[in-house]
Amino acid sequence: MPIQVLMPALSPTMEKGNLSKWLKKEGESIKSGDVIAEIETDKATMEVEATDEGTLGQILIPEGTADVAVNTPIATILADGENASDLAKASAPAKPEKAAESAAPAAEAKSTPAPKDASAPAAPKAAAEPDPEVPAGTEMVTMTIREALRDAMAEEMRRDPDVFIMGEEVAEYQGAYKVTQGLLQEFGARRVIDTPITEHGFAGVGVGAAMAGLKPIVEFMTFNFAMQAMDQIINSAAKTLYMSGGQMGCSIVFRGPNGAAARVAAQHSQDYSAWYSQIPGLKVIAPFSAADYKGLLKAAIRDPNPVIFLENEMLYGHSGEVPKLDDYVIPIGKARVVRSGGHVTIVSWSNGMTYALKAADELAKEGIEAEVIDLRTLRPMDTDTIVASVKKTGRAVTVEEGWQQNGVGAEVAARILEHAFDYLDAPVARVSGKDVPMPYAANLEKLALPSAAEVVEAAKAVCYR
Amino acid sequence: MAAPKKSVAPETSPSKGNGSQSPLEFTRDQELSALRDMLLIRRFEEKAGQLYGMGAIGGFCHLYIGQEAIVVGMQMALKTGDQVITGYRDHGHMLATGMDPRGVMAELTGRRGGYSHGKGGSMHMFSKEKNFFGGHGIVAAQVPLGTGLAFANRYRGNDFVSLAYFGDGAANQGQVYESFNMAELWKLPVIYIIENNRYAMGTSVTRSSAQTDFSKRGISFNIPGEQVDGMDVRAVKAAGDKAVAWCRAGKGPYILEMQTYRYRGHSMSDPAKYRTREEVEKVRHDQDPIEQVRNRLLAAKMSEQDLKAIDAEVREIVNAAADFAQHDPEPEPSELWTDVYR
Repeated sequence: MPIQVLMPALSPTMEKGNLSKWLKKEGESIKSGDVIAEIETDKATMEVEATDEGTLGQILIPEGTADVAVNTPIATILADGENASDLAKASAPAKPEKAAESAAPAAEAKSTPAPKDASAPAAPKAAAEPDPEVPAGTEMVTMTIREALRDAMAEEMRRDPDVFIMGEEVAEYQGAYKVTQGLLQEFGARRVIDTPITEHGFAGVGVGAAMAGLKPIVEFMTFNFAMQAMDQIINSAAKTLYMSGGQMGCSIVFRGPNGAAARVAAQHSQDYSAWYSQIPGLKVIAPFSAADYKGLLKAAIRDPNPVIFLENEMLYGHSGEVPKLDDYVIPIGKARVVRSGGHVTIVSWSNGMTYALKAADELAKEGIEAEVIDLRTLRPMDTDTIVASVKKTGRAVTVEEGWQQNGVGAEVAARILEHAFDYLDAPVARVSGKDVPMPYAANLEKLALPSAAEVVEAAKAVCYR
Repeated sequence: MAAPKKSVAPETSPSKGNGSQSPLEFTRDQELSALRDMLLIRRFEEKAGQLYGMGAIGGFCHLYIGQEAIVVGMQMALKTGDQVITGYRDHGHMLATGMDPRGVMAELTGRRGGYSHGKGGSMHMFSKEKNFFGGHGIVAAQVPLGTGLAFANRYRGNDFVSLAYFGDGAANQGQVYESFNMAELWKLPVIYIIENNRYAMGTSVTRSSAQTDFSKRGISFNIPGEQVDGMDVRAVKAAGDKAVAWCRAGKGPYILEMQTYRYRGHSMSDPAKYRTREEVEKVRHDQDPIEQVRNRLLAAKMSEQDLKAIDAEVREIVNAAADFAQHDPEPEPSELWTDVYR
């Protein structure tokens, strides 16, 4: 019976891809290991190898087709002795053969996952409230968060010759998550620098260069690997200005994906929001929307202090509207009310906003109007915006993917207690990642992360509903 | 000119360098300048030890006595614009780069006139003006940082050289080798100066290092290195000249292992159980870097009186620094909140 070739998943987070090219024609014979097609994600173009031998019977998905879901049959292979008349059998719901395997070098250098594909659903429409930083009537451009980050860096590198980027696979590979795509071509190897796999060392080299007056962007392939560099980030970058009595500072951005991706388990899934935001001397930014990613990364690069810029891999492929302004810079340290409501305040940031906004939609159906605040910057934290909202609603829920103990949610709750205790009608509730290392199994991973349902439940609880 | 005294006890004294350089002869001006600079460090450190004993200096205090020829000789090989970075045994480096002894001593006593307004202390001091980048309290952290200073020089296309000093103990840290790799890969103009004073705190080199020839630590990265008699300021200067020329020519990093000895404890609270008093006395007697210069000057017909005048002048500077450091007020309480961000 003919064998079906299925659309392969090229990374843990890929759901769809474009079938860009067939390299074999119908009727051509195929040996195991032959490259039969090219598949493109927004991250990379990868070759598909045949895992079976025979003749390419029928191409089911023509080249140039976009958004082909993983596991869709894309072709059939006829075994020896079979012919076109056997093809009909294959169209019956064949038991899915294993998907073709990627022949291209694994995208997951250092076993990090590749990003979600560009065709991923757009981020929920967050901006119910107009963005105060954007003049009315500004033209908006839709772009992915990955592109917003790249544009922010490219613009700042054009503006300031002292800005450069260094990290693992940022140059020739075009970014492990394709965030630095095209930068090498525009700025050259002097300013777009591939480092050896040596986080502690290159973080220190970056800090030294910053002490000498340059403005490095240091990309960590993920912040999980930055634990190796923690001493240079904290002891050298964050403390030098103070220890030198203001003489010697460090204008540097450490950026990269933070927190859970998908199915990469405990060592690749940690959220460091709480760790970094405890340190005086650091600024910590963790945006959610594409516009904020761009405007805040530009602000981070210009900031004369060390800035930790926490991205989220699950959001890279999400699209959003970004103002078409020559120089769109968002001030660091300002939260944003992205949805107004009078019944309960939900405070979150980064991917936590996904749950918060979904929950707000659900709550609205039940007559609870949630006010959703995107912190955007974790240090300095915009206490005023939180407190003003809680004074209005009298109830608050925090949402984070990180752990609860000593978490950012705990800090938000403490500030609410300090500044708005008399306005509270219920104790502040915290929704967070569960107090376990991230498990691998899909169902357990889902359980370990917060969910919109948990946010809904918490919001109802503080509303005594 | 008298030959420097030979080490007769290689087991207990820093051995003579096996590098190919022969100590250049110094001019009288160079000898005098080296003597004065080394004396300044020694008298400063003696005073710091004294003030520590009086409780005027707190925390950790790591004295440089015995190692003076290294920073003084290396500084003679530099030009304005070259950068220096080191670890926590940093007073000598600061004085060698020309930082004001008053500001350094006042930082030791935690006063507002200190280089860091009293917020850094002995291990964390900087001078942008003198291109001194610290003063770092985490062992070996200065090695990637110094490599980064060199990176900035290369990025800017200038010919400045960065000097990253660290000890035999720091030489066993992983980030040193991460730095070596990048420095050679990118041909960064950095001189790694390993001050081998034979003890990482209380652990001797032979008890802590599989390869005790630190000049060889760059071999797997193709970084040239040599051992230098770090007790002879002329040998240090000669090796420094060679390494600086190598770096300025764009050939990448260079390693200098300075064989030296610290007379005092690791810090002021060192119990000194790990080595004998005789061992220390022997080095002091046979190889002292300051005595070597003094003896050469005396042999060259300089009078004892002239040398004493230099010492007196240095003592005056140090006494003034100590006086300032004890009378300068503590920082304003408001200083607590400044310089966290800029």
